[in-house]
Amino acid sequence: MSKIHVTTTVNNEVVEFLADPRETLLDCLRDRLDLTGTKEGCGTGDCGACSVTVDGTLVCSCLVLGVEAEGAKIETIENMAQDGALHPLQRKFIEHAALQCGFCTPGILVAAKALLDKTPDPTETEVRYWLAGNLCRCTGYDKIIRAVMDAAAEMRGAA
Amino acid sequence: MQYHSPTSFDAAVQLAQDATGVTRFLAGGTDVLVQMRAGMVTPDVMIDVKKIPGVKDCVRHADGRWVIGIAVSGAELGANAELVADWPGVVEGMELVGSTQVQGRATLVGNLCNGSPAADSVPGLVAAGATVRVSGPNGVRQVAIEDIPAGPGKTTLAKGEMITAIELPPRGDSGGDCYLRFIPRTEMDIAVVGCAINVVLEGDKITSARIALGAVAPTIVVVPEAADAIIGTALDDGALEKMVAAVRAACRPISDKRGTAEFRTHVAGVLARRAAETALRRAKGEKA
Repeated sequence: MSKIHVTTTVNNEVVEFLADPRETLLDCLRDRLDLTGTKEGCGTGDCGACSVTVDGTLVCSCLVLGVEAEGAKIETIENMAQDGALHPLQRKFIEHAALQCGFCTPGILVAAKALLDKTPDPTETEVRYWLAGNLCRCTGYDKIIRAVMDAAAEMRGAA
Repeated sequence: MQYHSPTSFDAAVQLAQDATGVTRFLAGGTDVLVQMRAGMVTPDVMIDVKKIPGVKDCVRHADGRWVIGIAVSGAELGANAELVADWPGVVEGMELVGSTQVQGRATLVGNLCNGSPAADSVPGLVAAGATVRVSGPNGVRQVAIEDIPAGPGKTTLAKGEMITAIELPPRGDSGGDCYLRFIPRTEMDIAVVGCAINVVLEGDKITSARIALGAVAPTIVVVPEAADAIIGTALDDGALEKMVAAVRAACRPISDKRGTAEFRTHVAGVLARRAAETALRRAKGEKA
């Protein structure tokens, strides 16, 4: 089967690529569009390293076909820092040392941002359950949770 | 692999009927893409159903019936306050499936057609008395949820048939449902045992009930004997004990790494008792 032409919006920019229908959105982002901030961990939707939003919904891009992106609006980690300024979540991750190897970090940041966009004042339990699909093998999660809580407080103007 | 995104159920059914080789329908993709990745399934034809009008709708009709589209995600069900108020047990079952990311895509019909005996959303649908609309080469038929799974990974749907909607019956004034599962952690796991109970009250008495169990047999099982034990009662201790005994008698589980057959049988009774009590409180309009 020949490749399929896909037109989609990634990080507010209209882009086009040719996708094999079996290719995942993750592979298309990384290999067709050179957006390598989104990571492949497990490839089976268990680890969350490939988290992106599609039409505002948080998903694992390894569980979406590239051809499904036709006409959609996709946001990746590359859209998080604006005009060279880190997003508060990114700053707080550095301040709290909420990463070691960093491989899970883009996915966790995208997932945490999706939570704060809809729930600006989450409880710690809400953060932990929301991020249950983002695995980190370095930190033990505590610093991640603290960084997210602190970023949420700053973004609400409560810190 | 051919990828199709038809814009009508008729076209989708025609594509499935004409397809040669391995055919899969794609809604959320949270099972089929994993199976492709693992090499378990290599589809020749993929039929994406999300471009069909109505598949994202979740509507309560004037008679109280709910019609849920086949591409409505778990997150969308959870965000529908009216559906949660009517059928909390159905929604809480679906919301136990996977992570936040999976909830953004996974669907009730996908969970049903994946055919897992441990599917978390299916016992709640069965207890609710839900049905599915099936379109195929021979027209449209309405099928009870419990008649779809045929065993692990298998359904009773014929080639060219597809589910086009889920229907939940009217909730009525004094009904309640609940789904509970046992897992050894709090999140992101597959049910060791699942149990859903749906009751309707008249005054203090239960006038009708349905009880469904997950992960204790090759398919989700309905246990009419357990429902009979509580119908006509106010869920007193005697009735609960009879119900628990009937639930355990209906269990035919395997022993595996998640639990032994004995453990699963025991836990099924424990969950049934708790689910019945919660369903009753919900039927009485209490927050539970």
